[in-house]
Amino acid sequence: MVVRLQTEPFEPGALLTGFCEGRTETGAVVSFTGLARASAGSVTTLELEAYPGFTDAEIARIAEAASARFALQDWLIVHRIGQIAPGAAIVFVATAASHRREAFEAADHLMDYLKSRAPFWKREHGPDGSRWIEPTERDVSDAARWD
Amino acid sequence: VVRVLLFGRLADIAGWRERVLEPAPATLAALRERLKADFPELTEALGGRGVQAAVNKVITRGDLALAAGAEVAFLPPMSGG
Repeated sequence: MVVRLQTEPFEPGALLTGFCEGRTETGAVVSFTGLARASAGSVTTLELEAYPGFTDAEIARIAEAASARFALQDWLIVHRIGQIAPGAAIVFVATAASHRREAFEAADHLMDYLKSRAPFWKREHGPDGSRWIEPTERDVSDAARWD
Repeated sequence: VVRVLLFGRLADIAGWRERVLEPAPATLAALRERLKADFPELTEALGGRGVQAAVNKVITRGDLALAAGAEVAFLPPMSGG
């Protein structure tokens, strides 16, 4: 039950290995890794801004509610902030439950939340300057599926 | 005093991310008026669609009194992962 915001890169495989260790009563672990995506030639870096003390608290609050709703045994959320190179892992979510359905749904729900409702601000830097990215209609409707 | 924090495109528009207002406005509404007067370029942006205010790290709708030392953050639409 940990949320971590970090400027340093992370290795999703190592996070998943660590998360799976010592679980004798867990039947299912689901993980999701989001990579910083860039259209070729148009984006050189992504920049993620958070509100320290608020962003982490809001994510923990939502994850705790999801944990109760989907009967999770454990969860882990790691999110990069600062400058992120295209292709680097930007977000990692893992959920552990007795059975797979709950683990899948909780991970899906948490990612929909992180994408459009968690307090982050995302900017693309490219050869033509920078622009702020706001959630798409699809992001908003994906998140609303869980309301 | 009251501390004001701007995030995302709001900070770009204003050209700053953090300001201390002294004397402190007594309410959130008064603080908004003060920002609009001092930074006219923020007037439209602060009232824009999806812009929320947080007082002491709690999202706030409507007006409320600001205690000394309050931290007021203006948050444009959010996008992560």
